[in-house]
Amino acid sequence: VAVVANRRKEAVVALSLILPFVFVLSLVFLYPIGKLIYLSFTNASLIGGNGEWVGLDNFKRVLSDRLFLTSLKNNGYFVLLTVIPTTIIALVIALMVVRLRKSLQALILAFFFLPYILPVSVVTQIWTWMLDFQFGILQPAISLIAGKPVAVFRNPYWVMPVVASVTIWWTNGFNVLLFIAGLRNIPKDYYEAAGLDGASRWQLFGKITWPLLWPVTALVLTLQFIMQLKIFDQIYLLSNGGPFNSSYVLLLMVYREAFQLDKGGYASAVALILFVMIAAFSILQFQLLKARGQ
Amino acid sequence: MGRHIKKIENAILTLITFISATIWIFPLYWAFITSIRSEERVVSSDAGLWPDEFNFAAYTHVFYNTKIIIWYINSIGTALIITFLVIVTGMMCAYAISQMRFPARRLLYGVILGCFMVPSQALIVTQFILMSDMGLVNSWAGIILPQLVVPVVIIVYKQFFDAVPKEMREAVVLDSGGDYTLLFKIYLPLNWGITAALAIITFISAWNQFFWPFLIATTEDKMTIPVGITQVKDVFGIAYARVMASALLAAMPVAVAYLIFQRKVTQAVMISSGIKG
Repeated sequence: VAVVANRRKEAVVALSLILPFVFVLSLVFLYPIGKLIYLSFTNASLIGGNGEWVGLDNFKRVLSDRLFLTSLKNNGYFVLLTVIPTTIIALVIALMVVRLRKSLQALILAFFFLPYILPVSVVTQIWTWMLDFQFGILQPAISLIAGKPVAVFRNPYWVMPVVASVTIWWTNGFNVLLFIAGLRNIPKDYYEAAGLDGASRWQLFGKITWPLLWPVTALVLTLQFIMQLKIFDQIYLLSNGGPFNSSYVLLLMVYREAFQLDKGGYASAVALILFVMIAAFSILQFQLLKARGQ
Repeated sequence: MGRHIKKIENAILTLITFISATIWIFPLYWAFITSIRSEERVVSSDAGLWPDEFNFAAYTHVFYNTKIIIWYINSIGTALIITFLVIVTGMMCAYAISQMRFPARRLLYGVILGCFMVPSQALIVTQFILMSDMGLVNSWAGIILPQLVVPVVIIVYKQFFDAVPKEMREAVVLDSGGDYTLLFKIYLPLNWGITAALAIITFISAWNQFFWPFLIATTEDKMTIPVGITQVKDVFGIAYARVMASALLAAMPVAVAYLIFQRKVTQAVMISSGIKG
């Protein structure tokens, strides 16, 4: 009897410990998820009522909405421009930094990592200045490529690659850090043994570093993939979807439909599609982590 | 001979590393140089790469002509409250999951792991409707509430609490200390290191939030600083010294926090992404 009473007491105490988090979780996460699913089947406006049930109409409309297809294509293009380049750049930087003496390493790492902890609007303002059509310090470099200065955020060909470059500059430090952690986890004696056998730098990289680093590389790739699918802030601040919708992305569509056109139901349908896409890739990433036994 | 070549190779690689790091940090350097010049100097064609003026007019202009002090207060206030609540509620929840037995324990942990996969950006529409229903649009509470769910804090704490020997709890609970005493007197002090690391990155990420505060703060006096400085640009036109000054002011607290706690930040980033550094 005492055991049962103890169990019950323990459960009560445990419940009081989890209650604050569970309350917030239900209020601002679980309930909004449920509501998102519900609204995506209605024609609700943003504020003022739940609208009427319209079944699958929103989804049918989405699939034939040219703006949606443009956004989807641009999201894909952005992922292509960021994910693999940032992974390669981060790996190269990590390989360079990890060779340095400890004290120097911290300093140089700070140079590469610092942009990552800046607010996005700070990043976009700095780059707007660097790339200013008239006075930007990078315009001479752009003139070399294009033959003349380019207003990059108002040019349909330049806008996405430039936003992608800014994003890589901003977030790359995170990936560098993961690669450095991965590199430090490779036992030193592997290299020493191979070094005695007279292996070259490239052989060491190909035979030891790359295979042992592959799990971290896979992690970086999937994390980046998920993160870059959620692109909104930089686009909104740098080009606002333009010119001619050439940088229009899914989250921008959700924002415009909901907050500017007051179409809560339709925006929810788009958001739900994005939600499902990201959740699917997150599950993949989770499986990758689990496969590594963590 | 071979050793000699290797030495030269190493020196060249180190040099390339330095040059790359300098290029990488250059935009921040350039922002700073711009911010300490006069607006005329900034756009004059003979302004070089080196600091040639120490003119803080842009900074004083930003302080006197924008609501930057109010934005600072909003950012510091909301980020501190978010950090405190995320850490405390996360720690309590993780302790219960790790150390105690109660119904639906596994289900709860499963839900928390599941939340990890939910992109909160996809929830903005319904979160906004919820805040509007509760009358919290354009308030600190509205900014704070949706940022309180940080599942990774619970996941990390649970790992650390799992590593504390179970006998510890039994001994103390038998000694009639309750679980609350145990958590705050023993488990928390044992894990100060990870608590500090998690608190710092929670603070930095709350400070840096853009999308949600931008949606929910509808008047200038409720904006956080990353949102507020985007207003500065509209007011100033192309007065880049002022824009850069406001940007650097917005970045300063987190940049300083990072430079002071560099090792903690690094550790927290690695642990929360599942790599034990």
